[in-house]
Amino acid sequence: MLIKQLSVFVENKKGRLMQITKILAENNINMSALSIADTTDFGILRIIVNDPDKAQKALSEAGVTVKCTEVCAFAAPDKPGELHKALAYLVDEDMNIEYMYAFIGKKDSRAIVVVRVDNPQKAVEVFKKNGVTVVEASEAYNL
Amino acid sequence: MEKYWNAAAEKMSRDEIHELQSKKLKRTLERVYTNVPYYRAKMQQKGILPGDIKTIDDLEYLPFTTKQDLRETYPFGLFAVPMSEVVRIHASSGTTGKQTVVGYTAHDIEIWAECVARALTIAGADNTSMVQVSYGYGLFTGGMGAHYGSERIGASTVPTSSGNTKRQITLLKDFGATHLCCTPSYAIYLGETIRDMGLDISEFKLKGGLFGAEPWTEGMRAELERLLRLDAHDIYGLSEIMGPGVAVDCSQKSGLHVWEDHFVPEIIDPDTEKVLPAKSNGELVFSCLSKEAFPLIRYRTRDVSSLNYDECECGRTHVRMSKPCGRTDDMLIIRGVNVFPSQIEQVLMELGETSPHYMLIVDRDGQLDTLEVQVEISDSHFFDEVRKMESLAAKIRAALQSMLGIAAKVTLVEPKSIERSEGKAKRIIDKRNLY
Repeated sequence: MLIKQLSVFVENKKGRLMQITKILAENNINMSALSIADTTDFGILRIIVNDPDKAQKALSEAGVTVKCTEVCAFAAPDKPGELHKALAYLVDEDMNIEYMYAFIGKKDSRAIVVVRVDNPQKAVEVFKKNGVTVVEASEAYNL
Repeated sequence: MEKYWNAAAEKMSRDEIHELQSKKLKRTLERVYTNVPYYRAKMQQKGILPGDIKTIDDLEYLPFTTKQDLRETYPFGLFAVPMSEVVRIHASSGTTGKQTVVGYTAHDIEIWAECVARALTIAGADNTSMVQVSYGYGLFTGGMGAHYGSERIGASTVPTSSGNTKRQITLLKDFGATHLCCTPSYAIYLGETIRDMGLDISEFKLKGGLFGAEPWTEGMRAELERLLRLDAHDIYGLSEIMGPGVAVDCSQKSGLHVWEDHFVPEIIDPDTEKVLPAKSNGELVFSCLSKEAFPLIRYRTRDVSSLNYDECECGRTHVRMSKPCGRTDDMLIIRGVNVFPSQIEQVLMELGETSPHYMLIVDRDGQLDTLEVQVEISDSHFFDEVRKMESLAAKIRAALQSMLGIAAKVTLVEPKSIERSEGKAKRIIDKRNLY
């Protein structure tokens, strides 16, 4: 199953990001991954949480612009060249990465890499075919 | 020693002005009543025939003309002569996508040149002068208006038009221009650029200039005169009435003389539409007395001003209007271009990719006006890729540029972040303090 990632439009002004984390905290939402794309005037906050449906509802009701996007994630051994290998598989299949972010998993020393591509299902198949460890949604929500 | 371009006209007695205006108004009314069905219908609606108007004092019985009337008769519905007699068309921004279109006969162009000639003479120009016209040439009346006035006095006229500041400065210096015509903010920008280029203003021969097409303060005049070392005069006009040259301030610089042999000004209460006494602030209204192609009657300019009939030290008898001190509508003048918030709303509605809620923030970066349009994104057009959001902003920017003719910065903001007010929405933050 693909991972539901929440994307939030955040204006570039003081305190705005904190208002969003406040809503998440009040609704007892735990984040397992986070990244912010920033431009001069606005940012897009991307988060993976333990309960994406509940989080989306809470944010929407608070008037926040939020969108759910499906992404895929893979785990790579924390060693030189591992990310490069995984990316090369996507390139071989002519796939383009819109954005990605990575963090180190808690349980073992694997790097978890979240990738946004046009066709995430296909990316999952490419990874599996080439022996890259795909992180399942249920696992991603509770990292 | 005060110099006049046309002393007989500029110094005629108030009685002579009254008589001349009465005669010309009657003639103009008969022409519009006969040739413009729209005006005829308006007058009939009020139960007025041209013959009912005996003198200029009866002006207040005539119906007003508004920007709305111009829109309804777009493009040529208010022209009072056949197109075969129209030799020039100009246009300015309307309140929506349609332009406000005006026309001129050869005689109208003559009168316009005469009015600007009087203004240039006040600024100290004559046939030995070199006049650089840095107003834009084109549909905008500024460039051509100043140009014809300059040629009328026999000055050597340099039609640089607007833009390309370094070339403007090179020509000002190399040709030894004595006079400059442009918007006051651009004049200050030229002055600052001259300084920044390390040039010495004493190497220039500038003596005077006419500056207008946007509101400006006495503080800006002082700054402009200091930077360019010239005598700066405020020239007022609007394309609907003619263009620059409807009024200009004299050596006294205490109000702008309206050329009353060609135009009649009134000040009205914008709500009751009643004429207000001299020296009261209200909305400025103009009627054209001499124009043939586009003679508007009681046109509501939306500029706030007042009229002063006291004698002027300069010897001119024509009434003085105060520098406009505000608008009775929400029109903005940005870099000399008229901008209506309704135009921006129309662009957003047509694109349909954002909410129609917006806020305009007008400011000055140095001397140049900047326009920022904050637009609320809509949930349906929020993408989680920065690239797509930026291309949405770029698309709005391009559509605004094409509608307004000026560049605007587009900032995407969160839905419902722009304040909603009951009744008239607050759409504008103008940080320039122009009035």
